[in-house]
Amino acid sequence: MAKEIIKIENLKRYFKVGDETVKALRGVSFTIHEGEFVTIMGTSGSGKSTLLNTLGCLDTPTSGEYYLDGIAVKGMGKNERARIRNRKIGFIFQNYNLLPKTTALENVELPLLYNSSVSAKERAERAEKCLHEVGLGERIYHKSNQMSGGQQQRVAIARALVNNPVIILADEATGNLDTRTSFSILTLFQRLHREGKTIIFVTHNPEIALYSSRNIMLRDGRIVSDEYNHEIKSAEEVYKNLPVDTEY
Amino acid sequence: MNIGSLSKIAIKALGNNKMRCFLTMLGVIIGVGAVIAMLAIGQGSKNSIKAQISEMGSNMIMIMPGAERRGGVRQSSDDMQTLKPADYDAILNQATTIANITPMVSSSGQWVNGNNNYPSQAQGVNTQFLDIRQRKVAEGEMFTEADVKSAAKVCVLGKTLVDNLFPDGSDPLGKVVRFGSIPLTVIGVLDEKGYNTMGQDQDDLALVPYTTVMKRMLAVDYIQGLQASAIDENKTDETIAELTDILRTNHKLRPEQEDNFTIRSMQELAEMISSTSSMMTVLLAAVAGISLLVGGIGIMNIMIVSVTERTREIGLRMSIGATGRDIMTQFLIEAIIISVTGGLLGIILGALATWLIKIFANWPVQIDPSSVVLSFAVCTVIGVIFGFYPAAKASNLDPIEAIRYE
Repeated sequence: MAKEIIKIENLKRYFKVGDETVKALRGVSFTIHEGEFVTIMGTSGSGKSTLLNTLGCLDTPTSGEYYLDGIAVKGMGKNERARIRNRKIGFIFQNYNLLPKTTALENVELPLLYNSSVSAKERAERAEKCLHEVGLGERIYHKSNQMSGGQQQRVAIARALVNNPVIILADEATGNLDTRTSFSILTLFQRLHREGKTIIFVTHNPEIALYSSRNIMLRDGRIVSDEYNHEIKSAEEVYKNLPVDTEY
Repeated sequence: MNIGSLSKIAIKALGNNKMRCFLTMLGVIIGVGAVIAMLAIGQGSKNSIKAQISEMGSNMIMIMPGAERRGGVRQSSDDMQTLKPADYDAILNQATTIANITPMVSSSGQWVNGNNNYPSQAQGVNTQFLDIRQRKVAEGEMFTEADVKSAAKVCVLGKTLVDNLFPDGSDPLGKVVRFGSIPLTVIGVLDEKGYNTMGQDQDDLALVPYTTVMKRMLAVDYIQGLQASAIDENKTDETIAELTDILRTNHKLRPEQEDNFTIRSMQELAEMISSTSSMMTVLLAAVAGISLLVGGIGIMNIMIVSVTERTREIGLRMSIGATGRDIMTQFLIEAIIISVTGGLLGIILGALATWLIKIFANWPVQIDPSSVVLSFAVCTVIGVIFGFYPAAKASNLDPIEAIRYE
């Protein structure tokens, strides 16, 4: 059995809004092993964002246990969580969140800047390698505002890879992209998955689940289904068969 | 994360907003520049007063008749006649801490030479006047003790008087000029000194033996004052005490009676003048300091805007592992860079302004190195203080909300 990367047990998260208590997560349990490509799906209000924030160590659960790479996250302080985010998690956001007017290389270097054990030289080398990996070897010194959405998301993926995280958390990573670019990004995710990376992809788009190895469905803060996908579709093939829009 | 990489990030962030950054800096630049220029003007005027006083003789002591004036009330003429030649003699015989002393008695009137005349004064002094005032006789010679004793009809003229009485440039030595109705032989011409910083013509001076003024011109038995020079300029207080004793004894004043004379030292005068000028300096610097403060508030304002504007960036940095402390340090460094760079440019501006004042207004200015250090330190502190609130605000952001901020 592969290593347990994420293990959550009966995770609950309640918010107090005025006098009311909003129950965003009402007891969620699952285990994700190394090398899985999990999509977490649900409509808005299903609690997927809260779950993502918790898994990303940005938020702490009200009750329940969370082990990331064998470490209990619950009860960690702000700074400890910042450190664990820096060392073990790679975030990818819907709107890329690159620094404006900053080169791809500098954007990718960013997580390593907050890790004082990485030297400036190593930082640049690793960032460059990751940019090559996502197919942007030629655009290392391009500024973020000079790149297309797809390219920006690739930079963001490189940034999520640069610290060798145990888990990559993608939040609607294809949400802002057109179909063709979405599939090219999805192809990249599938490649990373084949290379052994563990990925959690949060989305409301059911189509994405066809390309992942496991799909967890949330509704009203509870898991309604958790199924393994034995017939993973190839995003690359879909991408190849999509008509190239010549009008660009 | 080390300070080096944080500074790099900060510089980059500022570089993305050059115009705004410069305008914010401008507040500090003008503030520091103004402080430096104001302090330079203050220091310069203080120095020029000092120089002027030492020119007049910093060890000079003046004795005037009458008690110290209070509230600007003019005293009766009796009070102004308390100093007699006997007092001069007593001081001359008893005082041990003075180098030179001269009675002062002057008469106003018209100097006449042929058809040239000039309204001025005849300053009655003894031979030691030149040493006290640090003047010299350029041509001819000073009158002698014998001239003083005999109330000789001689005079030593300043350059202004010579120019006015002998406009044709002829040699005044040996000529007889009249002061009012009294003929006086010109035996010497004083060295040229020009105007002092208070705008007085130091060459509009004619020296006559004081006895001549007392007996022949005014017909009085009192003197208008005494001027002396202390042996040691740092011990003028002791000299004043000694002179007070001598004069009180000589005037037979009982202990409960007030002095009927006033003794002032140049040191006192210098302190008085420089305390006035110090007050002006402090006032000017305070006004300039306020503009520095306003500059600081400008920094805070723009940092708050910057934090709001970059909420998403802060959220991102936090989600990839920046601690609150990292964020805080980054924004503090940004504020400090603005204020310190502004401070440096302000010093240059201040120096430039000072130089322009010197060139065009011809004011005596001097930049005091301590004022440079002071204003630089102040603006660094201002950067920290006014950068702190926005930086703390940034570091307290919730990364979950910040990253989704629109």
